[in-house]
Amino acid sequence: MSTRTLPAPVVARAGHRRLTLGLGVAAVILLLLMAASLSLGAENVPFADVWQSLTAGGTDADVIVRGVRLPRTILAVLVGAALATAGALMQALSRNPLAEPGLLGVNAGAALGVVIAMAHLGVASLTGYVWFALIGAGIATVAVYTLGSAGTAGASPARLALAGAAITAALTGVISAIVLLSSTVFNGFRAWSVGTLSGRTAPVVIQVAPFIVVGIVLTLFLVSSLNALALGEDAAKGLGANVGRTRLLGVVATTLLCGAATAAAGPISFVGLVVPHMVRTFTGPDHRWLLPYCLLAGPILMVAADLAGRLIARPGELPTALVTAIVGAPVFVYLIRRRRMAGL
Amino acid sequence: MKIENPPAADALPGNRLRAHNLSLRYGERVVAENLSIDIPDGSLTMIVGPNACGKSTLLRALARLLPPERGSVVLDGEDIAKYPSKEVARRLGLLPQTSIAPDGITVADLVARGRFPHQKFLRQWSADDDVAVTNALERTNTGDLATRYVDELSGGQRQRVWLAMALAQETPLLLLDEPTTYLDITHQVEVLDLCAELQESGERTIVVVLHELNLAARYATHLIAMRDGSVVAGGSPKEIVTPELIEKVYQLPCSIIDDPETGTPLVIPAARNRTGARCT
Repeated sequence: MSTRTLPAPVVARAGHRRLTLGLGVAAVILLLLMAASLSLGAENVPFADVWQSLTAGGTDADVIVRGVRLPRTILAVLVGAALATAGALMQALSRNPLAEPGLLGVNAGAALGVVIAMAHLGVASLTGYVWFALIGAGIATVAVYTLGSAGTAGASPARLALAGAAITAALTGVISAIVLLSSTVFNGFRAWSVGTLSGRTAPVVIQVAPFIVVGIVLTLFLVSSLNALALGEDAAKGLGANVGRTRLLGVVATTLLCGAATAAAGPISFVGLVVPHMVRTFTGPDHRWLLPYCLLAGPILMVAADLAGRLIARPGELPTALVTAIVGAPVFVYLIRRRRMAGL
Repeated sequence: MKIENPPAADALPGNRLRAHNLSLRYGERVVAENLSIDIPDGSLTMIVGPNACGKSTLLRALARLLPPERGSVVLDGEDIAKYPSKEVARRLGLLPQTSIAPDGITVADLVARGRFPHQKFLRQWSADDDVAVTNALERTNTGDLATRYVDELSGGQRQRVWLAMALAQETPLLLLDEPTTYLDITHQVEVLDLCAELQESGERTIVVVLHELNLAARYATHLIAMRDGSVVAGGSPKEIVTPELIEKVYQLPCSIIDDPETGTPLVIPAARNRTGARCT
């Protein structure tokens, strides 16, 4: 025995205090942002009126607060949580630090589903899109996994990423072909594919919420298996983790999360990629902390981006996806330049 | 140290870990045919053999990472494939060759991941886990590294940390796949000394796939020599390590002397100028 400073459990517990406190701080920030999101916009509503409208109703502000901003804020929370969780999940499953919902073809599949619904089935409402987006996301995911695990070597993270890129390219081609044939579809698709929370009302929220909640619960069940899987496939099996089942459930969860989020808001870039990396610099690689933090940090970024989009171009709006990209890209460059971000 | 009790002795006809008539293959490539071995309880068993003789494949099969095409691996009297994976992981630990330390993980966190098979969804961490991790850090002399990042450590330190993770799993059986690869001689000896200590304390049966023949002959209580997917010899190093066996297994002319330190067999490869061109 050489000199030992502190027994490991003591050290671990000190870290836990800091992380628990951080979760509390993040929750407070999210609540403040949500309050701001209900209050601020093209027309500012004082907090007192927001509170009155939420608790009692019957005020002039009802239309804005309850009808428009509440569903939109809740959707921002749901979409942010879904994308951040899906990003963390995909990065863990593929052991690829650049994995995000766009990588494994999920978003392209969802987009194709929406385009087909618009062009051939006459679906023109956001609530109608969600099923097609989910089906498209599901089919794309199955295709990527089938292609990625073909041959004797089986599914490796690198093969899945390549298969994802190939399927995405193919699907994007099909989407362009369909969209370019009809100006109605082109305009509808353009409005959706910008990626925004603008105009999303309660029915959209109610439609996608169950999928996102199920996806998040499923992910939370996988947390400790993801920790085992991060040590490599052999080590994970040696620890008794069920690698096949973890991958399968993880893929189901990603499909639900990305499909639902994309259906509701269109493709939102960078949230799924950047949030897990930002969080990881604070929590380290333990998924038992990483995922709860993603559940708060994803919504924080999403609500803030949506709010900024409303405030910057007042009385108009910047699409949310544009703001997340403007914020996300520099943050990501900064993170890449720091050491100890590259891996998982 | 809490170790899962083995089943009652009468339920155990033979050793806890055995392989029966294994046929192993990777895709089309047959690695082993009709392979049977017994791991003596309480032994430090070392498996040696030339490159591609199937020793690591055998270890993977023993750890149920590679399902056999035919035959079975028997753990505590029952086919290992029939157990739930976590149940196996409470009895049999594995340190694979290809382990990845996630970037930014601390030593204490990595070692704690060895507790996975003992944790339940609603009870993520217990006092038992604390004790197991602290013991594992102490045993491997890595306690003072607990708060360090794994990616900052030297190769020797890192290997001790991985061993600590395997120890934290608290399994009566422990399989190590070439744990000394990439280590200098000092750290190789350090790792093997630790294996010997663990075996001598009677807590664990340890199986090691090792490249270093002379170190294997020094440390093993039971040595298994493999060639082309079959077992050529098995027994105590003193009994089985002969020039004939080494010639047969490695196709290397050699003489055997007693290790001046331990009296175990020491393989001295024949010099080129004494045997002429050293062909086989």
